Amino acid sequence: MDLILHVWRQAGPTDRGQFVRYEAKGISEHASFLEMLDILNEDLIEKGEEPIAFDSDCREGICGMCGLVINRFPHGPQHGAATCQLHMRHFQDGDQIWIEPWRAKAFPVLKDLVVDRGAFDRILQVGGFISVRTGAAPDANAIPIRKEHADLSMDAASCIGCGACVAACPNASAMLFVSAKVGQLGLLPQGRPEHRERVLRMIAQHDEEGFGTCTNHGECHAVCPKEISLDFIARMNRDLFGSALAASSL
Amino acid sequence: MQGLADGYFVIPYTIADYLARVGPARTDVQHPAFDDVKREVMGRNAMLLNVNGRRTVDSFHRELGQIVWDSCGMARNRQGLERALQEIPVLRERFWKEVRVPGNGEELNQSLEKAGRVADFMELAELMCRDALYREESCGGHFREESQTEEGEAKRDDERFTHVAAWEWTGPDSEPRLHKEPLTFEHVPLSQRSYK
Repeated sequence: MDLILHVWRQAGPTDRGQFVRYEAKGISEHASFLEMLDILNEDLIEKGEEPIAFDSDCREGICGMCGLVINRFPHGPQHGAATCQLHMRHFQDGDQIWIEPWRAKAFPVLKDLVVDRGAFDRILQVGGFISVRTGAAPDANAIPIRKEHADLSMDAASCIGCGACVAACPNASAMLFVSAKVGQLGLLPQGRPEHRERVLRMIAQHDEEGFGTCTNHGECHAVCPKEISLDFIARMNRDLFGSALAASSL
Repeated sequence: MQGLADGYFVIPYTIADYLARVGPARTDVQHPAFDDVKREVMGRNAMLLNVNGRRTVDSFHRELGQIVWDSCGMARNRQGLERALQEIPVLRERFWKEVRVPGNGEELNQSLEKAGRVADFMELAELMCRDALYREESCGGHFREESQTEEGEAKRDDERFTHVAAWEWTGPDSEPRLHKEPLTFEHVPLSQRSYK
């Protein structure tokens, strides 16, 4: 199939940036979206032009590295899938496709379609962990965990930290991300001792990074490649209320 | 597979314990080692950027991958490995003469990142083939076609290969040196593995 692409090109963080029109010809419908860009890049290099910079790593939807806004939707038109899992059969011959980076103040564009998601790392560094002693892994059945909690925690743990929730949110809020991390750890006994502190610290860091506040639009849930539920944001808000009360009474 | 690759099962508990005790020590970028590495990396980047040939990094990556896929796969034999050991140095030489790395070394440059990796793969692929050629037995998941039982099962050669081996890098264009550590089994005799 032949496609017309309008790709965001931006030389560096301080450059203004603009859409540039490209033609991708003879693309197989079996190619993934990123492979289509690979093919275009090979053409560009052979013509002596600079290839389009974009992030990707595992290309099987588990690493959270890829992420493009495709025709206005983070990760494109397919539900519950990352950009790397999107294939060209979801498009028609002759389609025009608009490709942009995540757009949020806290995710500055580094080049073309690559953004700096270091803000997520810094949020994790203040609370996205549990403090345990090293050594042999404890026996799997030593700490009983309710099945409902284990299942919910697992749902939260499926967050791959791609940042699509921020790109979709009109407030550029990362609350779905933070709530997934807080939810995953706080639902398990190993995460309980530090839970209250964790909620306060991660939300404070979230705000400091320049992400917006949540006003329950639900766009994040709609584009999340792992379909993380908005319920986790509600859970976190309840935890935040409790944690703030506890902290103020000390 | 991830469990194997990320070292969770491979690294013994003693190492995690050791790392937990020593903690992250302070590092100082004034150390001469930093200068050496920086000079080395920048020199290599400049070399890659200045080749200015006609072929993309990916095209070399694919060609190298095809050689390894054909000659150093799960099943391999002497003839294929010797051929690969002739082909890879030729391809490596062409890489350094014909590759085109667009852009510069001053900003994010994914072609340059890839070129550095593919340059490494050229050396690693050759070493893998060299090691596979040296180990004239079928071992683990790898099947050396010359080393099989009458029924076509993998056949080890415990007399010659009951050891773990590591190759020491001795510089570019220089043959790596083999180091062996014998494996000794005191209580359980080695025997032919059978899934029957």
